[in-house]
Amino acid sequence: MTSTNKLLLEAKGITKYFGTITALENVNLKVHEGECLGVVGDNGAGKSTLMKVLSGLYKPSAGALFFEGKEHVLDSPKDSQNLGLEMVYQDLALAGNLPIGENIFLGREPTKNIGFLKFLDFKKIQEMTSAHLEKLKINVKSADQKVEELSGGQRQAVAIARSTAFNAKVVIMDEPTAALAIKEVGKVLDLINKLKSTGVGVIVISHRMDDIFTVCDRVMALFQGTNFAESQLDKTSRDEVIGWIMGKK
Amino acid sequence: MKSLVGLWEKNKMEDKEKKQDSLYVKLIPYFEKYGILLLLVIMILVMHILQPDVFLSWRNVTNVFKQISWQSMLALGVFMVIVTAGIDLSVGSIMMLSLMILAIVAKAGAPWFIVVLVPLFAGFLCGLVNGLGITLLRMPHPFIMTLGTLYIFRGTGNLISGGTPISGFTDEVRYLGHGRIDLTWLGLEKSQYLPVSLVLIAVVYFVFWVFLNHSRTGKWIYAIGGNPSAARASGINVNKILIIVYSLCGFLSGIGALILAGRTDSGYPNAGLQSELDAIAACIIGGASFFGGRGTVLGVFAGVMIMGILRNGLNLMDVSSFWQQVLIGSIIVLAVYVDVLRRDFGTRK
Repeated sequence: MTSTNKLLLEAKGITKYFGTITALENVNLKVHEGECLGVVGDNGAGKSTLMKVLSGLYKPSAGALFFEGKEHVLDSPKDSQNLGLEMVYQDLALAGNLPIGENIFLGREPTKNIGFLKFLDFKKIQEMTSAHLEKLKINVKSADQKVEELSGGQRQAVAIARSTAFNAKVVIMDEPTAALAIKEVGKVLDLINKLKSTGVGVIVISHRMDDIFTVCDRVMALFQGTNFAESQLDKTSRDEVIGWIMGKK
Repeated sequence: MKSLVGLWEKNKMEDKEKKQDSLYVKLIPYFEKYGILLLLVIMILVMHILQPDVFLSWRNVTNVFKQISWQSMLALGVFMVIVTAGIDLSVGSIMMLSLMILAIVAKAGAPWFIVVLVPLFAGFLCGLVNGLGITLLRMPHPFIMTLGTLYIFRGTGNLISGGTPISGFTDEVRYLGHGRIDLTWLGLEKSQYLPVSLVLIAVVYFVFWVFLNHSRTGKWIYAIGGNPSAARASGINVNKILIIVYSLCGFLSGIGALILAGRTDSGYPNAGLQSELDAIAACIIGGASFFGGRGTVLGVFAGVMIMGILRNGLNLMDVSSFWQQVLIGSIIVLAVYVDVLRRDFGTRK
């Protein structure tokens, strides 16, 4: 369904060595506009390493990254952010003592000048936060609520809102539902669908077949650092994907 | 289907529970913000009742402010460090070293504006050493680096001064610690003056309040205390911010040295001995959390005031200074216990 959409991110022949250990060997990956790619694999299959290469945290030993058709060399996560590629970390990467709005704009706060001094523009932070949460249909009492007062699902929603506040084109999510109560999983999956509908390309790393089969359009399996299998979601089954994770075709 | 209905029922019940404790939850932020001021007001009232003639007299009130003037600078510096979930044990030693350098420069006959700037610069450099040590040497905890510099800076101060007091500064140098703003034009008596150090406290606290609450750097200081990995993932240069924080802490200790020079007219080896512990105590009493990311400038000021008033009041009532120690210690434990309770109520688990 999505192969006709514009190609956003492509990784070609990614290889990564750590000393003598080969973490990734000749791995390829593609994400299109509005598409969700599920990445599965056992522990140590290379999922996290691949994501860290995509976000610019690791430099690949070989291979190239193409963003909207152009090759880019990423030196740091800042570079990938500038391209519109955001990462939602498993440990949520939010500061609990700060309000929602300040978390979303942390490190990129809007300011206003008074004389030669720059002050935080709290009004703008709140307006932009409310508008953004509204757009993603995320329900919280107010943008001023501290993150530590939120539930796990709300926190995950804030983390996702944060990743998309600056016109992200591709969002990578590492186990987005791992730490959530069952009733909150659905809300986060809804949010992922919402992102897709706005044209964002999403990569979801997950162990949970339910997640993969609810939001993804395509699934790829890594096994021992290589591309093992890949399929459109409607052409495969849970049992088959579980088999791939264990290295069986 | 049945389980879905059950889930829905359960949600509804939880919502009800939420409504019931919402008033309670709503009060907590106010208590967190202003509870410490309440304690301060109660203390002032109690002292006033116990010592109605003396405690709130002009002379005694200005005395309290003069006494807390240099401690309030150290406490403010340590507070910023504590917000980042760090600790600075060396502020007393930084102040002593800055004071000794000031005294030596003054004795060498330098003009007063040099003498005034020297301790600020020295304090800043000492703080910079702490910051660089913590970040570049990757000390496992700021406790270790600043424990080291607690000895290093005091030792250096003794080395350069020979361990003897150096006394006698000009009026300009002493102005911030000893100066008086005459208020006779308001129709007040000659004895009813405003200590310059009180104005200095107000100005410095206001500037740092603005810095911590309305600048990006200030916000990032709180963010680092809340979750350093979140700050890092947001592209904040955590090490740079930490170096700034420790340098500013040193700078404030340098201001403390300048005030102390004015008050005592002397650089002496025991200056600021154990004052780092007073500074930490004031922060903790004022509601700063050792876990980082929590606390207000106003709270620190209240903490400093509470300690100052306690000492002053007990002195007025002729209570042994040993009792002061016991009481201050008890207040610290009590204040932190309140912090623990607040965390239980305020945070979702």
